Amino acid sequence: MSNTKPLLEVKNLKMHFPIEEGILIKRQVGAIRAVDGISFTVNSGETLGIVGESGCGKSTTARAIAQLYTPTDGEVLFEGKDLVTMSSKELLKTRKNIQMIFQDPYASLDSRMTVRTIIAEPLEIYSRTGIMKMTTEEIEQRVEELMERVGLSRFYKNRYPHEFSGGQRQRIGIARALALNPKIILADEPVSALDVSIQSQILNLLSDLQKEMGLTYIFIAHDLAVIEYISTRVAVMYLGKIVEISESKALYKNPLHPYTQALLSAAPIPDPLIERKRQRIILTGDVPSPDVERYGCYFYDRCPKKMDHCKTHIPPMEQIDENHQVACWLHVDKAKWPV
Amino acid sequence: MKEKLLEVKGLATYFKTDSGVVKAVDGVSFDLYPGETLGIVGESGCGKSVTNLSIMKLIPSPPGKIVGGEVIFKGEDILKKSEEQLRKIRGNSISMIFQDPMTSLNPFLRISTQMIETIVLHQDMSKAEAKKKAIEMLTLVGIPAPEKRIDSYPHQFSGGMRQRVMIAMALSCNADVLIADEPTTALDVTIQAQILELIDELSKKLNTSVILITHDLGVVAGMCDTMCVMYAGRIVEKAETHALFAKPLHPYTTGLIQSVPRLDKDKKQRLFSIEGQPPNLIDLPDCCPFHPRCHKAMDICRTKYPVLTEVEPGREVACWLYRDKEGER
Repeated sequence: MSNTKPLLEVKNLKMHFPIEEGILIKRQVGAIRAVDGISFTVNSGETLGIVGESGCGKSTTARAIAQLYTPTDGEVLFEGKDLVTMSSKELLKTRKNIQMIFQDPYASLDSRMTVRTIIAEPLEIYSRTGIMKMTTEEIEQRVEELMERVGLSRFYKNRYPHEFSGGQRQRIGIARALALNPKIILADEPVSALDVSIQSQILNLLSDLQKEMGLTYIFIAHDLAVIEYISTRVAVMYLGKIVEISESKALYKNPLHPYTQALLSAAPIPDPLIERKRQRIILTGDVPSPDVERYGCYFYDRCPKKMDHCKTHIPPMEQIDENHQVACWLHVDKAKWPV
Repeated sequence: MKEKLLEVKGLATYFKTDSGVVKAVDGVSFDLYPGETLGIVGESGCGKSVTNLSIMKLIPSPPGKIVGGEVIFKGEDILKKSEEQLRKIRGNSISMIFQDPMTSLNPFLRISTQMIETIVLHQDMSKAEAKKKAIEMLTLVGIPAPEKRIDSYPHQFSGGMRQRVMIAMALSCNADVLIADEPTTALDVTIQAQILELIDELSKKLNTSVILITHDLGVVAGMCDTMCVMYAGRIVEKAETHALFAKPLHPYTTGLIQSVPRLDKDKKQRLFSIEGQPPNLIDLPDCCPFHPRCHKAMDICRTKYPVLTEVEPGREVACWLYRDKEGER
């Protein structure tokens, strides 16, 4: 590790959504454990990819980091300061550095606002609260500059979102996220809704922006190939837990967790010569519901390598080498197994 | 030469809108042989779904209209048949499964009701026999405890299980052709792998031909014998899957294959990207629709449409690059 402190540190983050029963008098009867105790760090200038299937808690993680949800438990340290316990005034100041890009470019832009208003909105809010000082002309100039930067002509600034295609809308979303010069961008499935030829345009734009502006990304996707392309490090999530986290190349070359192995073998490769010779690990069954408390490994029901021990003991995060951690009993020395 | 099972000739489907005529499908032809899996790939709006809805004559009219072409199935033109005759083909000899299994099942009816209805309609069976057949089909697609699960409602199944039910239903009448329209797009990769394996296995076992519509080149690479690439309502390239991936000819196909990030490639090169976006299908001029995005575009591409022509045995491509001077006339 270098001497620099991590930009973002997440410690034992939990996000449980209550399940309520009753009409007038509501009582909590359970909880959806969307994110169930995850910890990781993100260093400045890197891209942490979070990959997993639907319902594994990857989007909830991003939203809990941005404080769009108040986490049930845990800490989110941005430059050493905890966002969860911050006062709202301080949070507003800090959140300038944390921006989001969303999956659906149709739903995440207000259809009654022009592109100019959409991109200028964060600038105007921060000018109004006095955190930033910008005149109307400066804002105007900044909007044009941002539009050109993401590949949109500034002559389009008075148009409405419906006049743009999906890819262009995603560019508007990116311009809005860049407006405040953030340090970290949480990109929640930013290319999943786009066609292949547009997807590569956006991926290239995001990596260019990162190089130019020294941005840090948390990039969420379900597509393993996209994650590999963009990420320096990758975290694999399953049922609200991180099962494996590693430097990107090592994870794809040498996946250790049985779930990561299955996920990698299931992702199709666009080459018939390779694709038809591959040995697939086909998992049985579906992802179980996250509404029960589990006392064993979360992957137990579907794991092709399960042992009796896994049923009753939650595997700890085991450090394999400097940059590779995995939560699986197969990789814990048997001498250290609890009885 | 094997006999063709399904022959689509010059199919054209237009939609009338307030701003003009959308040529969603414009002169699409392909053949399907018994036991073959044909892939149709393309991006959103390229006409791949409309092509297959047209084959079944399921285009809502108005605004849509099949304006030309023939769909020859077992020697007869489907497009000339009456609604009543069509009903005997749909779900019987040609079945479809769709992207979103939740919207293609009726949420108010039990799975048993929906499956038995299909079977009784097409086959000479009593309800009790049909139920037996339905349970048999559910077992075949890997639904655990099918005798109990058959009485559940669609919402009681997960996405992957619902797609299994759809496949069971589609194949319950021994269909000759299964049209699968993005069957795994809404599913997670691990579930996708299960469903694709199931379709592959069943189609071989029951000798069903499959038309697989998808935007995912990886899925085509693993599943299909032959494939068509569509762009702006037309087929731009048609070939055997192996040959096409080994040497894509059309600049669009080449670009598409290169712009997908790949797990098996070690070097992190910058992704290739096709600049610009697909054209508006309203009043498309009669030139190559890909020319504004093509880095090999020539003068002729801007003025004339390159008709799909055979360049090598079994390989067809619609591009002026592969036509000699005489072809230009």
